[in-house]
Amino acid sequence: MINLSHFLILAAMLFMIGVVGIFLNRKNIIILLMAIELMLLAVNMNFIAFSYYLGDIAGQIFVFFILTVAAAEAAIGLAIIIIVFRNNRSIDVEDINRLKG
Amino acid sequence: MDYSSVVFYFFSFILLFSAIKVITSKNPILSALFLVLSFFSAAGLWLLLQAEFLAIALVLVYVGAVMVLFLFVIMMIDINTEVMKKGFWNYFPAIGFVSIIMLTEIILVLNKPFFKTPALFKAPIKSNTDAIGEVLYSDYILPFEIAAIILLVAIIAAIALTLRGKKMHKGIDPAIQISVKKSDRLKMVDMGINKTKIKKRVKRS
Repeated sequence: MINLSHFLILAAMLFMIGVVGIFLNRKNIIILLMAIELMLLAVNMNFIAFSYYLGDIAGQIFVFFILTVAAAEAAIGLAIIIIVFRNNRSIDVEDINRLKG
Repeated sequence: MDYSSVVFYFFSFILLFSAIKVITSKNPILSALFLVLSFFSAAGLWLLLQAEFLAIALVLVYVGAVMVLFLFVIMMIDINTEVMKKGFWNYFPAIGFVSIIMLTEIILVLNKPFFKTPALFKAPIKSNTDAIGEVLYSDYILPFEIAAIILLVAIIAAIALTLRGKKMHKGIDPAIQISVKKSDRLKMVDMGINKTKIKKRVKRS
């Protein structure tokens, strides 16, 4: 029988895959954004699992807002990627060093 | 093993496999397609948790809109994938070690019997969409409106960031127009008429 901990462990694995993806794909900002989407998906899965097993609809409302913010973040992130590519002719993270930080 | 646990293991296996393919595949288009697959199987798992509205919204919004946006951007910009893969696995031993430790810690915490209680979920009286709508438009009306404003700001920001400005239309900038000098536009050309020849002709006549 499936219980809450199964879903939480699955979400933790998904989150870890997202973290590993951010460290592996340092040369490609698009896959960095995809790894962030994976981590958001893991968080959403936690919310929905708790919402089901605690019998409270509020968790699903939170997922609704997270989806909204994630869509806005993806749109602005892709716009930034286009500007970076227009200026640098590459989307390598290591080429974005104009600010000399 | 009952039917729902078979479905759970099947969907979660596909989800984890496609998530790993997202972060390791060489071609960004392939990783976008595997991200579509992982969203789709996550939507299946959400249906198992009786969150029907959000499962359908995930498929419609993410698979239908956001991933198409990702594919547009990937195909629009020209990526050199050979350069991308140089030094790909450099940090993998360190981050793999750290993430496995973090995962083990989370699993140790989540194996407590507290997290293995049966569902407190009551049988739904009305549909999931109905329940969400009832709460969303009464208790959470202010966050809902703020979310609408966030989306508006995101639209304006995305357009303002990628707008190329004056290059797009054909009008002339008045400042450039009035600062033109004679030397910019007018060029004196020597037509090759020899003045000495003309003088000789005059003399002969």
